[in-house]
Amino acid sequence: MIHDMIAIFQDYWLLLLIGQYPNGPLGGLANTLILSALSIALAFPVSILMALARISKWRLLRWPVTVLVYVTRGVPLLMLILWSYFLVPLVTGADVPSFVTMLTTLVIYQGAFLSEVVRAGIVSLGHGQMDAAKALGHSYLGAMRYIILPQALYNMIPSILSTFVSTIKDTTLGYVINVPDLTFAASQVNNQLLTQPFQVFLILAIIYYAICWSITFLANRLERRITRKRAGLGGGRAAEALAMPAKIASEQL
Amino acid sequence: MSGFDLSAILTNPEYISMLLHGIEMTFVIAIGSWLLAMALAVLLLALRFSPGRFGNAFVAGYVSYHRNVPTLVQLMLWYFGIFTLMPDWLTSWLAGHNAEAIFAVIGLGLCQAAYFSEDLRSGLRAVSPGQMEAARALGHGYLSAMRFVMMPQGVRNALPPLINHSVSLFKNSSLGIVIGASELTHAVKEVENLSFRTFEIYLIGTVLYLFFSLIIMGLGAFLSMRADPVRRARA
Repeated sequence: MIHDMIAIFQDYWLLLLIGQYPNGPLGGLANTLILSALSIALAFPVSILMALARISKWRLLRWPVTVLVYVTRGVPLLMLILWSYFLVPLVTGADVPSFVTMLTTLVIYQGAFLSEVVRAGIVSLGHGQMDAAKALGHSYLGAMRYIILPQALYNMIPSILSTFVSTIKDTTLGYVINVPDLTFAASQVNNQLLTQPFQVFLILAIIYYAICWSITFLANRLERRITRKRAGLGGGRAAEALAMPAKIASEQL
Repeated sequence: MSGFDLSAILTNPEYISMLLHGIEMTFVIAIGSWLLAMALAVLLLALRFSPGRFGNAFVAGYVSYHRNVPTLVQLMLWYFGIFTLMPDWLTSWLAGHNAEAIFAVIGLGLCQAAYFSEDLRSGLRAVSPGQMEAARALGHGYLSAMRFVMMPQGVRNALPPLINHSVSLFKNSSLGIVIGASELTHAVKEVENLSFRTFEIYLIGTVLYLFFSLIIMGLGAFLSMRADPVRRARA
């Protein structure tokens, strides 16, 4: 069993890593990571705009975005992928590769989810910051740009990392529209071998686990550091000692 | 493709019965896996709180695996992998009893149990330890203190994430299409293939999903309001 898995891994690691790359489109793990990184990079600015629209006082901005957020929260990602698969070629009038279809879907989907995080970050800062910035002569947008968003976004770094993890997990759904990612590569391997599906999919699960676990680990460490900084404890050893008892107490259960 | 025409689908009894069957299957999968997940979550929680390192490490590993591996991959591992390793009598029995739906329930249920148990755990952690001590001082045993003092407060704390995760469980039932379970998304694709009215049937599918999700969210909001003692006293 273990030997089977090692043998499969030795035979197919290149396919799992980059897909058919020199002879075909880039795929495998590389494509999964590129797709997730690109969608998070694009979803981030989208989410800030959506959050600003949701707290705007203009209904014309607030309502459509609120509807969009509720639709993305209430409808399965799979359904949204099917929509993009149907609509994106119709709108652009071109034969769009499935990678772009998946990217579009993920930007909208994760943008809507992140926008809720951004909005919570802005709201949690309280009115005082905005009032003070305005009293100092900032305009609304200036205050957002220089006072509110830098603080809100700094607190959001761990959430962005955990959104990155869920984006990596969501890219697997590209399988349905044949995006050449890691899951696709694994099912190709499975189709070639035919006899060892359990081993192949277990390898797939292990690879995803390794990646997502590492990022989650990083996010947790960052979160602890940010909490400490926010509490005004700085970075040094003394701060660590101060922060320790609280952590132990909270992890006792 | 001719113009937008919802009635072409809504007046066709064949399509309607496909959609109804899809809705039924979606509910069977969603409710089945919810019950499985909740039962397992309570079990995991008990294991986590019980003394001994082994149980604790097992639960931590279980939660970590199910949270860090994509749900779709878990389903594939169950249906394409573990299914083939089962003994023949079990395989043939399952094949005769809608194996796709059964594995969707198992896969989604096991996965969601990890989330539910973490929600319940953090809800319980938010209850002050003094509550437990006070209950014990009043003569409650451990289990009875858990049942009557800790759990009611813990579940109330855990309600918002539990509701969110119930909604995502409902949404995740659409993943059943990948292993061939004939749920709502599957029915939508089927009607699309037969009618070629992609826009209309996607719209119907989206509205149906959104409708049920909003009902779950609304139900959750109602429950949290009911569970809030301050608001209940005021009402």
